[in-house]
Amino acid sequence: MSQNKIGSVLIVGAGIAGIQAALDLAESGYLVHLVEESSAIGGTMPMLDKTFPTNDCSMCILSPKLVECGRHLNVRTYTNSQVVRTEGEAGNFKVTIKQKARYIDLEKCTGCGACAEACPVKVDDEFNQGLGKRKAAFKQYSQAFPNAYGIDEQNCLYQTRGKAKGKDICLKCVKACQAGAIDHHMEDKEFEVEVGSMILNPGFKIFDAASLDYYGYGKIKSVITSLEFERLLSASGPFDGHLVRPFDKKEPQKIAWIQCVGSRNAKIGNNYCSGVCCMYAIKEAVIAKEHSHIPVDTTIFYMDMRTPGKDFEKYYNNAKNQQGVNFIRSRVYEVTEAKDDSGDAVIRYSTEDGQILTDQFDLVVLSVGLEPGDSSKELAKLLDLKVNKYGFAELEPLSGVNTSKEGIFAAGAFSGPRDIPETVMQASAAAGSASALLAEERGTLVSEKEYPPEMDVAGDIIRTGVFICHCGVNIGSVVNVPSVVEYAKTLPTVAYATDKIYACSQDAQASIKALISEQKLNRIVVSSCSPRTHEPLFQETLKEAGLNAHLFDMANIRDQCSWVHMNQPEQATEKAKDLTKLAIVRASMQQQTQPIFMDMNHAALVIGGGVAGMTSALSLADQGYEVHLVEKDSALGGVARRFSTGFRGEDMKAFVAELIEKVSNHANIKLHVGVGIKDVGGFLGNFTTTLENGEQIAHGVALLTIGGQEYKPNEYLYGQDERVMTQIEMDEAIYNHDPKVEGAKNFVFIQCVGSRTIENPYCSRTCCTKSVKLALKMKKKNPAANVFVLYRDMRTYSYFEEDYEEARRIGIIFVRYSENAKPVVSKEGDTLLVTVNDHVLDRPIEIETDVLCLAAAIKAPADGKKLSKWFKIPLNAEGFFLEAHMKLRPVDFSTDGVFMAGIAHSPKNMEEVIAQAKAAAGRAGVALSKDQVESAGLNAFVNKRKCTACGTCEAVCSAKAITVDQVNRVAVVNDALCKGCGACASSCRCGALSLRGCTNEQIVEMLNSL
Amino acid sequence: MGEIQVEAENKKYEPKIAAFLCNWCSYAGADLAGVGRVQYPATIRTIRVPCSGRINPLYVLKAMANGADGVLVSGCHPGDCHYISGNYVARRKFALIKSLLNHVGLEEDRISFSWVSAAEGIRFAEVVKGVTERVSALGPNNGIFKVVDDGGAAADE
Repeated sequence: MSQNKIGSVLIVGAGIAGIQAALDLAESGYLVHLVEESSAIGGTMPMLDKTFPTNDCSMCILSPKLVECGRHLNVRTYTNSQVVRTEGEAGNFKVTIKQKARYIDLEKCTGCGACAEACPVKVDDEFNQGLGKRKAAFKQYSQAFPNAYGIDEQNCLYQTRGKAKGKDICLKCVKACQAGAIDHHMEDKEFEVEVGSMILNPGFKIFDAASLDYYGYGKIKSVITSLEFERLLSASGPFDGHLVRPFDKKEPQKIAWIQCVGSRNAKIGNNYCSGVCCMYAIKEAVIAKEHSHIPVDTTIFYMDMRTPGKDFEKYYNNAKNQQGVNFIRSRVYEVTEAKDDSGDAVIRYSTEDGQILTDQFDLVVLSVGLEPGDSSKELAKLLDLKVNKYGFAELEPLSGVNTSKEGIFAAGAFSGPRDIPETVMQASAAAGSASALLAEERGTLVSEKEYPPEMDVAGDIIRTGVFICHCGVNIGSVVNVPSVVEYAKTLPTVAYATDKIYACSQDAQASIKALISEQKLNRIVVSSCSPRTHEPLFQETLKEAGLNAHLFDMANIRDQCSWVHMNQPEQATEKAKDLTKLAIVRASMQQQTQPIFMDMNHAALVIGGGVAGMTSALSLADQGYEVHLVEKDSALGGVARRFSTGFRGEDMKAFVAELIEKVSNHANIKLHVGVGIKDVGGFLGNFTTTLENGEQIAHGVALLTIGGQEYKPNEYLYGQDERVMTQIEMDEAIYNHDPKVEGAKNFVFIQCVGSRTIENPYCSRTCCTKSVKLALKMKKKNPAANVFVLYRDMRTYSYFEEDYEEARRIGIIFVRYSENAKPVVSKEGDTLLVTVNDHVLDRPIEIETDVLCLAAAIKAPADGKKLSKWFKIPLNAEGFFLEAHMKLRPVDFSTDGVFMAGIAHSPKNMEEVIAQAKAAAGRAGVALSKDQVESAGLNAFVNKRKCTACGTCEAVCSAKAITVDQVNRVAVVNDALCKGCGACASSCRCGALSLRGCTNEQIVEMLNSL
Repeated sequence: MGEIQVEAENKKYEPKIAAFLCNWCSYAGADLAGVGRVQYPATIRTIRVPCSGRINPLYVLKAMANGADGVLVSGCHPGDCHYISGNYVARRKFALIKSLLNHVGLEEDRISFSWVSAAEGIRFAEVVKGVTERVSALGPNNGIFKVVDDGGAAADE
């Protein structure tokens, strides 16, 4: 480790992982160098239509992050760039970056697109997976940052034919560009940056489906990949979101998905599960049905349905039971072209019972797996990182994000296939780890953003600018957006109204800013999606234009209009008009409001001393913050104390012991073990928690890592026969050389005990792998043992597939049972008998067993409800913590300053728990790095002349922020304490109290305009 | 009553309902309904407020006087209020408003109070369906005004 540390971080790859890590680090005081190989940031997410399990529009949730990252003062983005050399060690690396010539000056380009219009060269558009064409002068996608075009030198006429010979061939783009931004003589350049740490997230590539010729990809036109299908669905795709077959524009009525294309295939060396394809196929099938105006028949051909993530099982059940997606458990042999000239494809497959069938489809979608990209492999090689046999980076065991080199962290699919929330978690975890490494250099290289002086518009004639968003097709396909614009123009105070394809995009922000100055707008209204997600983005734009952030309002015409009235376009349009009108009324009456700053308490409270809590505490302590770790149990370690080995063979006992030692000896960590919590009060920057022993802890943030509990089965003779045990009990029995297990010859494992049931409709995620691991242990110890695993779907995602494959290879027998025909456990004398219907033979089989291991569900923590009340945080239907956003804010609560990690969020394995714990610490660190907490200042205020000092307000205020000044006989608001709920204002008998941003006058005027 | 129903069938009467949703629970629940594409009638006009405790009885009367056919106030579940007790403040006021409405001759079914959490998208849609049904059954609201015998002056205009 270098003694001469540098307070900046290199991030390679600007997909969602790179963007999240960059924002976390830049916000917590580090300079970020963000290197991206392509011409724009965004990665894969912009290509996706919707995201599971919430069906959020991918572009819409990403766009605010693109904008935030793009305009962040402490993020330096280098597109068309790659790392070519590195030297140095953790804390101090010198990195050489090569930036390829873009031939368009980023400073001058306005993103108008005149060059692309003029360019005569058409080539396949990679962003659209080759389904459409782009020019040689191009921008990847319309919301791209940088909002600038670039020239593709491989295809540009001048670059390929003219430049070398000195001939002025083509150059139409130069003539077309009014900004003079095009420079065909730009050269590649190399430069060096100094950084203290690196975060690598170069992403993945999709499996090349053409390499398996039996699927017919590349030969049969109606066979496409899942990513191509995403582009077909996307509003910004080659067919503007019309679901048609690319080659004949026919609207497909019967679509099939084939799972595991390039995954779970040992023959081609891809003996891993890509983990995301089951969910995206279900999502595509559901969206296809929703999207098409004609009925669409959808069928998914699969081996095991793997939906182990949070709320995934419910999504699957909904697709199966409510949406009518067909699921066929099968092996697909081949796909051939239909002989009837329809262009259709025919799938030949065998069902579970061995029947061989064929079926014809309009469109066949191949659910292609994830592989390491070529540049990922090169990067790993350049940095001499350990990789696994597939070429993915190999992470250090139980580290979540550490590569084999100190100071270099990995996030996203660089180390294996993972979905978006896991990627975002790793990104925040990597950022937190980098921050811990460079803690003493925090704030040394960053600069503060300066805004133009705020215009004083008080008393000016109100000129409202209204922007109505199409949100691709999300709003525009239901609501008649142009008519809402025309309507807005007729309303009082409106000086300007227009529509935007995506109001949240970078170019839209630039346009809003320009219009504020051109049109002298002093109020802004955006009708688009939810202010809960997008208000900060637009307010930032106002500030950049010199307007007070509160001279603004939003109408939610997507989440609360177009999405919920999809079949009532007229009524939805009327509603959108009304909602826009209400927003205009409110905005027109908004006053300039200044934020209030309060001191930040830099201590963190971590509740729960299991692996998650200890990992979070350590990371935060290493970042330099004081940490209080509270554990109600008499010892630290949580449930992990009962585990013997981890999923990669790690010694868990040693790991937990080491973790306990580290937290016990860390100077920044104060332990409160064996004591529970009595009460919690306060808010970000200023919480006070009272322990049961009366001790009070003041802290600025809180991390809730309270774990979960193992389901105690009341089925399968559990508790009635000691040979029936849960997975954790069996693990303990093996570890303790219990003769019950040691001497056993027959083992039966039953999966999904208490999971995937009506009462508990989720998958506990870890149990399939755990059972396979335990089964392997037993079978390897005694190869003569008979080991049976009774399962519903084997969910050995990611590399755990290798274990499943090995288990079958060495003779462990897997018997599938269905939900309606669960195994029956009985006793005949002293013999333990398991009866199950065999899915291949379709007849019951009886197994005598010595040990029956039940894969008991992981249940939500018992204390979740208490914490929910104390911290004002929501729980989901099963009692797990509900995060602020399932995809992009997986460790944040919607309550500021409160974070979560571990099982209390949802079931997950130890490695995932650790990544999430580090992510929570990373996010908490971002909050703690601020000197002050900024609150919007939308507080209660008193009209002294009306106040009669009756004290009603004081009685209703739960924040104790308002008191009656007995000398002056008037109520006084303490701005530092006021939370802005408005209960005082609605209770005031004399109309003396009101609430900024939500005054009586505003609401009444809104109601008057209804 | 019977007449109104006939009209409802002919014109497919769609009431207009002012919906006050608290920012932390019910508004988030309404967003979740959207994300889940849970369909419900396009009858509500949402006004986002920080807390259900912000609702002044005046607003309900104003809404009624301005031709809204109904009012929905929705906040966090008891005990879950982001501001600790704002929803209790709201509940107290709500009980009061109901009796006031009866007093001034408005049907109390025109106003509804509900708890919807940030995790309850489907419940939110159910609430809107319920409110819409109740208000539709009552037919259009004639506002809070006194019918004064003006001696036929209005007819002369």
